[in-house]
Order: sequence, then structure tokens, then C-alpha cells
Amino acid sequence: MLKRFRLEEPESAAEVSELLGRFGDSAKIYAGGTELLLAMKEGLVQYERLINVKKLTGLSALAADNGAIKIGALCTHHQLETSALLQEKLPTLVKLEQNVANVRVRQAGSIGGNLCFAEPHADPGTLLIALGATMVAEKSSGKREIAAANFFVDAYETSLQADELLTEIRVPTPGANSRSAYLKFGYLERPSVGVAVALTLNSGTVNDVKIAVGCAGPAPKRVAEAEALLNGKSTAEAVSLLPQAGAIAGRAADAISDLHGAQDYKEHIVGVLLKRAFNSMVG
Amino acid sequence: MSKPMTRHADVQTIPVSFTLNGRLQEIDVEPNELLLDMVRDRLGLTGAKRSCDVQVCGACTLLVDGRPVSACTTLAFEVRGRSVMTIEGLADDGKLHPLQEAFIEHGGFQCGFCTPGMLLASKALLDENPNPTEAELKHFMHGNICRCTGYKKIVESIMAAAKKMRA
Repeated sequence: MLKRFRLEEPESAAEVSELLGRFGDSAKIYAGGTELLLAMKEGLVQYERLINVKKLTGLSALAADNGAIKIGALCTHHQLETSALLQEKLPTLVKLEQNVANVRVRQAGSIGGNLCFAEPHADPGTLLIALGATMVAEKSSGKREIAAANFFVDAYETSLQADELLTEIRVPTPGANSRSAYLKFGYLERPSVGVAVALTLNSGTVNDVKIAVGCAGPAPKRVAEAEALLNGKSTAEAVSLLPQAGAIAGRAADAISDLHGAQDYKEHIVGVLLKRAFNSMVG
Repeated sequence: MSKPMTRHADVQTIPVSFTLNGRLQEIDVEPNELLLDMVRDRLGLTGAKRSCDVQVCGACTLLVDGRPVSACTTLAFEVRGRSVMTIEGLADDGKLHPLQEAFIEHGGFQCGFCTPGMLLASKALLDENPNPTEAELKHFMHGNICRCTGYKKIVESIMAAAKKMRA
């Protein structure tokens, strides 16, 4: 059962920020509720107030904007999986979204909520890191951009300040030579391991390699060392280096042993997924 | 900022006006009231079941504006201004929906506990995709769990209903 709470329904980001500032830890932002309400029902967290942000206008927008794809934080997974714009510009994200949880979770859950809740076993953050996305955070006194790679701090912890609200995710529009892939593996409801790779392919050479791993450890993260190993190599050279890159990424994943698998098992799977993701792009 | 009505100094209530199985319904809810509890305990529609309580099993599936939601994890006030269908609203004035007929004809259930959710989820599927492949059907329905494990008959039932509805 859900304990009693009060509902606030502000209509602007400034009002949300003001409420967060006023009520501190006793209030929490509420959007789709797919993760927050579960934690509240279990009694893991409790709030005196929920701040429903779904009355804010403009946060469900999805548009091409100045070299980037702008994704409003309130866009639901269902909106993303069915967007013609994303299908054209970011098909890897569409495929990821089509496989988030189940049809009911995708109907209610928002991309912003997914990112801010920062549940370790989540898909979007990992791919957004590899795609070089930035998060737009707003508060009463203004807004700032946070690189996706710097957004996730720890399990259930982001770099948002206490009175900040995530309003938008900006993904640079991939160029004609850009490739990306996201692969996950798991046997429970949530993924055990997720790996995202993005790169550009120019006359048989791979550049701008970005690799991110998620789910295995407390937070998704970029693996710069594995990226550096593959960057600037011919595809044949890069393919031959994949076992080494996979081992580096596996170690970097901060994998932990839990119900989703043992640490060494997850590290191994990171390598397998990295290899498959890479081969799917250069093959 | 909207100002929800307050019935009592500490107890906030929210007036909710929505369409329930085609009829206007007005009810006051507290913010923490779940859609499933409102529908089952206050409105007497017990077809939707509480089972996993964590949005995994689909036994509490309701349609909100035609799309499936987990009523166990949806706050009741969220249906303000929306249209809700429960399994009690699927038959049209006593005439079974083609999906219901197909589930009977093809034995698409065993104990029946998951059936209300299966029927509503598959209605949402066929409304948006009248001619699904079996793979599309399984992808859409994979969040509705049958613990009698009789999925083969369920898939057959939905495919048969789809065919009949297209005719």
C-alpha cells in the first residue's frame, strides 16, 4: 500500500524548483511513477509530497533542433519507440525503447524519470552516453547542460542538484557515416548487462569511437581506455583488438555479483556484447 | 498552479471525472489511491486482479485511452478526463467481443486469473495492429504472464480473433 502523501501540481520548471527547494528531501518529483511508486509501495522510500510534473508544457516535445535531436524529459518510452523522427535519425534508440520492460511500463514511464531515478539496471543511460547526449537541467535561477557521461554518479544517484529538474535530453544528430548499437543481456525482468557503441566509419577506418557499459555495476559509464584502443584503426585491426577492448570494458564496468549474475560472468558478457555490437556496425 | 479540493485540514482529495466503460464517472480520490483499488474496492469492478503488484505480470491491466496500463501502479487521479475500460466493459451490451469468443472457442485460458488482462492487452494490440504477425503478438503480449503456462492457446485465440475481426 502507498502511504498518504500530498500532491503538488506546478505548471513551470521554476515552480518545481521552488517546491524542491522549499520541501527538500520530504518531496520528490513524480512523472510516470513506474519506478518511484514501486519503491514507495515497498516502503523503501517515503515522501510527504509528490510533485507531479506532467502539467508542465513543452516537456513532451520531440524535435530536430540545431544539429541535435531534442527529447523532452516527459516523453514516454512509447512516444520514443513510435516516433518517425527518431526512427529516421536515431534508430538505435528506437530499438532500445521497443525493448524496455513491457508495453504498460513503456506507456506510463518517461525517459526523464528513467534517467533521474538512475536504477542501475536500465537501458537508456548507457546508449545516451555513447551517443554523446547532454542533459538539460533547470532551476529557478537558470539552466545548465550536463554531459550524459557525467550525469550518473552512483546507483540511484545523479549529478542533479537538489532543486534542479531534468527538462530535456539533447542527442547530437548522427552524420551519414555514424553507426551505433546497443545490446543487452539478462534473464530477469531487468537487464544484467548493457553495452552501447557508437563510431564513425570512413573508408575502412573507425573514428570517434564511444563505448559505454551499464547494468553490470552501480551506474552506466564511458570506457575511454577501450575507445582509445580502437580509435583510428582499420576495421580489420579493430576487430582483432576486440577481445582486448572487451576485457578492458569488462573491468571498467565495476560489475558486482548479485541476482543478475556473478562479477566475472558479467565482465565476460560485456566483452561478448561489445564484440557483437561492433561487428554489427562494421560487418 | 491548480488547487485540489481539500475535504479536511490534512487530507487532500482530488475530484476525478472520467469515462468508465463508456459512462461518465465522478469520484473523489486521495493522491495515494491506486487505480486498481478504486476500480475494485470502490466501484465494484473486480475483473482486474492484483497479482505481482510490480508491473510485471499484467493481471491488473486496464485500458486508459485505449492503451494498456498497470492499474496496480497507476495513481487513481491520473485518469482525470480520460477514458478507462475494464474487462467488464469489453462485451457490448451482453454481446461478447470477438476476442472473448475466440478465447472460449480456442480454450485460451485455464484457471482464468490472467484472462482479463490478456483480453484487454490483446484488444489494445488489435486496435493498433489488426493484422499482427505471431512475433509482433508475442512482443506486445510478453508482459502478460499466464502461470498455467498455456500460452499456445492464448496466441491461437488472439490470432483467430484478429482474423475474424478483419473479415
